[in-house]
Amino acid sequence: MKSAVLVFPGINRERDMARALKLVSGQEAAMVWHAETELPKGTDLVVVPGGFSYGDYLRCGAIAARAPVMDAVRKYAAGGGLVLGVCNGFQILCEAGLLPGVLMRNARLKFVCRDVHLRVERSDSPFTRGYNAGQVIRVPVAHGEGNYEADEETVKRLEGEGRVLYRYCSAEGIVDEESNINGAAQSIAGIVNERGNVLGMMPHPENHVEDIMGCTDGRGLFAGLAAHLQKAA
Amino acid sequence: MKARVTVTLKSGILDPQGKAIEGALKSLGVDGVASVRQGKVFDIELSGSDKAKAEAALKDAADKLLANTVIENYRVELL
Repeated sequence: MKSAVLVFPGINRERDMARALKLVSGQEAAMVWHAETELPKGTDLVVVPGGFSYGDYLRCGAIAARAPVMDAVRKYAAGGGLVLGVCNGFQILCEAGLLPGVLMRNARLKFVCRDVHLRVERSDSPFTRGYNAGQVIRVPVAHGEGNYEADEETVKRLEGEGRVLYRYCSAEGIVDEESNINGAAQSIAGIVNERGNVLGMMPHPENHVEDIMGCTDGRGLFAGLAAHLQKAA
Repeated sequence: MKARVTVTLKSGILDPQGKAIEGALKSLGVDGVASVRQGKVFDIELSGSDKAKAEAALKDAADKLLANTVIENYRVELL
């Protein structure tokens, strides 16, 4: 799995991401600076990592979404290439128009930094095939603006087309108001685009991949991607 | 030429920051505040003097970057 991790000024999770990708796929990820206009040849997966690109100025992800490298990512996604955006990466993908909707200030106005539980809604996507449908995983979140909102029709479409892949839930897998840490519509933690090749999610699976982290539930996402690519190749 | 672009949240979009400000105003005893919605103001200096061109450029700026039209409206004024 040849991964490319995008690097914007103010991003701070790119090394965690690269480490997780290396750990699971055995291959070093290419770090791609935001001013680049092309992705490395043969890229299997583009990752937009978390952090605070451009200090969240204007709106979170807004300035990074207009960086030169994003044109290359748009082209890559239009060709069916896999794109994963985590946290600020999810915000960037929404601002770039690669995913619908927007991440707004957490409904309770607090920055939330802790482990959460996610229900994997389906297992037949490249981004979830490392899990079983209905499985509950534990991964960390760290964000102040993760409250996913879109107009009613868009949310209806996302649900109808099965494009919500990850949802905030309790440890038992129950989706309720209490487990919806940021007030997101339908407890949405992660969605894919229409074609299913671009995933954006607020939680950080890359931070639960080694025993020393206390949990390895995030590994399945990367292992699933690697398995998907191996099968495709 | 000076211009101002004002970006506000569309009606119906939840504005927790506005709500918090509203609460703070009420707790300060500021009278008669029914509700608060917050937004952004951009003061922009333009180099040309063609008003129509300036307006078009400002709209372009707002559509491309200053506002996220999924959730925000904007207003362009030449001052």
